[in-house]
Amino acid sequence: MTARVGVVTFPGSLDDTDAARAVRRAGGIAVPLWHGERDLRGVDAVILPGGFSYGDYLRCGAIARFAPVMAELVPAARAGLPVLGICNGFQILCEAHLLPGALTRNDRLRFISREVLVRVENAATPWTSDYQPGQEATLVLKSGEGAYVADAATLAGLQQRGQVLARYGGGNPNGSAGGIAGICSEDGAIAGLMPHPEHAIDPLTGPGRDGLAFFTSAVRALAAA
Amino acid sequence: MTVQSRGDDRRILPAPPVSPAAPDTVARAAATPDRLQPHAELGLTGEEYAAITEVLGRRPTDAELAIYSVMWSEHCSYKSSRAHLRQFADKAPPTTVLLAGIGQNAGVVDIGQGYAVTFKLESHNHPSYVEPFQGAATGVGGIVRDILAMGARPVAVMDALRFGPADAPDTRRVLPGVVGGISFYGNCLGLPNIGGELAFDPCYAGNPLVNALCLGVLRHEDLKLAAATGPGNHVVLFGSRTGPDGIGGASVLASASFGEGGTGGRSREGAKRPSVQVGDPFMEKRLVECCLELYSAGLVLGIQDLGAAGVACATTELTAGGGPEIGMRVRLDTVPLRDASLGPAEILMSESQERMMAVVAPAGLERFLAICAKWDVPATVIGEVTGTGRLEMTWHGEPVVDIPPASAATEAPVYQRPAARPAAQAALQADDPARLARPRSGPDLRAALLALLGAPDAADKSWVTEQYDRYVRGDTVLAMPQDAGLIRVDEQTSLGVALAVDGNGRYCLLDPYAGTQLALAEAYRNVAATGARPLAVTNCLNFGAPTDPAVMWQFTEAVRGLADACLALGVPVTGGNVSFYNQTGDAAIHPTPVVGVLGVHDDVRQRLSIGFGRPDCPVVLLGGSPGGGEPELGGSLWARVAHGHLGGRPPAVDLDAERALGSVLVAAAAAGLLAAAHDLSDGGLAVALAESCLAGGQGCTVTLPGDAFGHLFGESAARAVVAVAPGAGERFASLCREHGVPAAVLGRTGGPGLEVEGCFAIPLAELAGVHRSALPALFGA
Repeated sequence: MTARVGVVTFPGSLDDTDAARAVRRAGGIAVPLWHGERDLRGVDAVILPGGFSYGDYLRCGAIARFAPVMAELVPAARAGLPVLGICNGFQILCEAHLLPGALTRNDRLRFISREVLVRVENAATPWTSDYQPGQEATLVLKSGEGAYVADAATLAGLQQRGQVLARYGGGNPNGSAGGIAGICSEDGAIAGLMPHPEHAIDPLTGPGRDGLAFFTSAVRALAAA
Repeated sequence: MTVQSRGDDRRILPAPPVSPAAPDTVARAAATPDRLQPHAELGLTGEEYAAITEVLGRRPTDAELAIYSVMWSEHCSYKSSRAHLRQFADKAPPTTVLLAGIGQNAGVVDIGQGYAVTFKLESHNHPSYVEPFQGAATGVGGIVRDILAMGARPVAVMDALRFGPADAPDTRRVLPGVVGGISFYGNCLGLPNIGGELAFDPCYAGNPLVNALCLGVLRHEDLKLAAATGPGNHVVLFGSRTGPDGIGGASVLASASFGEGGTGGRSREGAKRPSVQVGDPFMEKRLVECCLELYSAGLVLGIQDLGAAGVACATTELTAGGGPEIGMRVRLDTVPLRDASLGPAEILMSESQERMMAVVAPAGLERFLAICAKWDVPATVIGEVTGTGRLEMTWHGEPVVDIPPASAATEAPVYQRPAARPAAQAALQADDPARLARPRSGPDLRAALLALLGAPDAADKSWVTEQYDRYVRGDTVLAMPQDAGLIRVDEQTSLGVALAVDGNGRYCLLDPYAGTQLALAEAYRNVAATGARPLAVTNCLNFGAPTDPAVMWQFTEAVRGLADACLALGVPVTGGNVSFYNQTGDAAIHPTPVVGVLGVHDDVRQRLSIGFGRPDCPVVLLGGSPGGGEPELGGSLWARVAHGHLGGRPPAVDLDAERALGSVLVAAAAAGLLAAAHDLSDGGLAVALAESCLAGGQGCTVTLPGDAFGHLFGESAARAVVAVAPGAGERFASLCREHGVPAAVLGRTGGPGLEVEGCFAIPLAELAGVHRSALPALFGA
C-alpha cells in the first residue's frame, strides 16, 4: 500500500507545494487538504506546511488552530494519526496544544533564512526512523518567530521522555531553548520542526538531500502499517 | 523636512478638494465655469489645466481634475521622458520572442515549450525614504500586482538598493527598514528573493533607491491585457477596501522634490508631502491565488492592477485599452470604503494597496464572486462597460465624471525638456585616475584587496539576503551571491530563466551614454555566466529633476545608450520605469539607470555557479587585451575606496566582445566544459577571484605577468573568470578561438587561499573574515 499523506493549505500557506513534492519524491501520494473543510480524506498522515497562515496576524498559528480542518485533525492526532508541522505548522501544533511550549521572536529580532545543521536526537518516530540517532542533517531555517520556549519543567520533561526530536548543531541560530529545533509527542507521532526538510531534498534547489528522510521515514512506516 | 508618522488613524493630506456631501457635479461644472480649482496644488500647470478645459469643453469637476492630475503626473504619463523612451521601440532589434511589449503592465517574453515569462523593474524610492519599511514593502506589492495583471503567476522577486554612506546615521534608519519591509512583504507572499544589488554613495543620502523586480510565468494562452471589452460586461473591483492611503501620492511623488515648493501656505505644503501606503501581504497572497483561479476558470476578460492613481488609473486605462468605441459607467459610491468620509475625488486618487479591477461577463459573475469568496477576497460590481466611448462616473446618482478616457490615459502632454551637457563634465572626465598613487609591493596589493573586500559595496551581503526567503516554491536554482538568479520553470524539462539587475552610478556620472551601456553589458554577462541565453531587457531609470537641463542631458544620453546597446546585443527592451526628482535641493543623485536582463536556460541542471568548488581546475580569464595595457580605473571601486576619487572615463564599451563572451559562456555551460564562471565588474579580477574562492570554499593560485596592480584592479568590461572542468581544457580553448574570445590561463583552483604568485597569499579564513564582518559591524550582528 502506498502511503497517502495529506498536506493542509491554509490561507497564507506557502510551502504546501514543496511539502507535497517531498512526499512524492519519497514515494508517497500527496493529498491536498483545504483549511475550510472538515475532511481529512482518509489520509494516513498529515503535514502542516510552512508559511504565514492568516498572515501571522494575532500570533503565528493562533488563527489557524481554529480552522475547520483542525476540528478533524486534533482528535485524529490525539488518537495516533502521524502529523508533522514544519515552521508555521509547528507553531500551529503548539497553538493547538498538540505539542507543548511556543515559538517566539528570534533573539536578534530579524527574519533568518539560511542553511542550518541539525542533529536528529530521536530517530524512533514515524518521521525520523530513516535517520540514525545523532545523525546530522543540513536543512533550511527560514523564520522570524523560530525560538522555542517552554518552562523549565516542560523542557526537563521533553528531555527525559525523548521528546526532543532535533537540535541545532554548530551554533544556536535564533536563541531557541536548549538549541531545540524540533520536538515530538511522547509516542513520536506528532512532530514539530522549525527548519524545513522539504527544502533539502534536491541539491539543485537546496542544500542537498538530507531532509528527504523525514518523508521516506513516514512513507515507509505507513506502508508497513 | 517633515517625516510623516505612521498610525492607523492618520489622515493623508491634501484636504479633499470638496466635501463629499456636496460633490462637484458635471452640471455644476458647466454652470460655474469660473470657479477656481486647485490645479497647481495637484501638480498641474496652468497650460495643462487649460488643455483639460479644452478637451472637456468646460472646466473639469473636482473628480475629473483628480483623474487628470494623477494620470498626467510624471509618474503615470512619463511626460518628460516619453519622447526619449520611443527609442526603445524605434531601435528595437528584430525579435520574435515578444508576446507583449512596452505599454502593457509588463513585457511578456516567449521562452519556448509554450511558456512565457513577464518581468519588470519599478522604483519605490521616495516612499522608502519617508517610511522605509512600508515604502519598500508596498514597492514589492505593487510590482507583483503588475506581473499578476498579465495573467502570470509571480514566481520570484529581486531588488536593487542604493543608500547613502553605510556609516551615516540616517542609513542605519533607512537600510534596515527597507530590508525589513522587503523581507516582511516578500516572505509572507511566498516569493523567493533571488538577488539584486546593494550599493552605497553619499549622493543617495536623502534619496535612497529602492527598485523592485518581479518575475512571472504563464502559458502563452493565459496572457491577459488591460482592456475593457463587450458593452454590458461588469466592472468588478476586488481586494482590499479603499482608504485614504497615499491620496495624491502619484502626482505629488513624481512632480516635486521633497522640501521645495512651500510657497502657498498649509495646503500647498500638504500637497507636496509624500504619503506612504501600508501593505498587507496576506491580502496580496489571497489576491494572487484568487486571480490565478479566476484566470484558469476563464472568467476574466480584462484586468488591471491598482497601483499609483488607483481607481482613476484602472478605469481610464481599461476603458482606453478597449478602443475608441468602448466606454465605462462607474458608480463611485459603491466602492467599498475603509473610511466612510471619502468623497469621489479621494476615492479616485486613493492608492490603497492589494486591489485589482476586472471586466467580467454577466454569465460568469456568479462564479467570479464565488471564487473571490473562497479566498476571502471582497469583490464588488462597481460599474459596466458601455459602447459610448466615454468614461462616466456617478456619485449617488449624480454625474461627477464624463470624459473621453484616452484623453487621461494616453494623451497626456509630452514635453521636450531642454537638455544641456553640464559645464563640469569636461573637467570631471579630464580628472584621470592615472595620476593616483598605486600599490606596487606584494603587501600593499594584499592590503588594497582586503580594503575592497571590506568596503560596504563589495562586502558580503548576507546581513541583507539572510532576511529573504530564497527557497520557497522549491524552484530556486541560483540566488545571491551568484551572478544572476535562476528559477526553474518546468520540473520535467528543466527549462528555466535567469535574471540579473545591474547599474553603476559612478560610471554613468562620468559618461551616461557609456555607463548605461556598461550596466546592460554587466547584466547580460551575469545572465550568460549562469549558462542562460540573454533574451530581453527591463529597466528602471533613476535620475534627478527633469527640469534641470544637466539632468535631462544625463537622461537622454542614458536612454540613447541603452537603446543603441540593446540593438547591438539583440535584446529588446520590454518595458520599464522612470523615476525623476531623486534629488535634495540642487544636488541630484548620480544618474543611475538600473538594467535588468532576462535569459532562458535550456537545462538548469547545467547551470554555472561563481564558486570554485573543486581543486585542480584551470583558472582562465576570458576577454580583455592579452597584452594588458593601461588599466581602466575611471569610476572604479579601487579609485573610490583607496582615494575617494571619481573622475576620468568609465571602461570602454565593446558590445561585440560582450556578445562573443556571452556565446562562449552559454555554449561552454551547455557542453559541461566549466566548473565555475564569474563575471568581472566592480573591483575587477581581484574581487572576482576572492568571491569565487569564498563561494566555493576552494582557494586558487594565479600568476599575473607584468603589472599585477592593473590585472587585479582594472575594471575593463567584457571579461569573466572561469574554472575549466578537468579534461575539458582543449575543447574549451578551441571554443574560445572559434568565438574570437581571448582566453588566458592564470593558474589553478585549490590551495589554502587566494595566492598571486610572487605577490601575496591570503588564507580563505582571512578573506572570509574581512568580507563577512563589514555589514554586521555597521548594522548589528
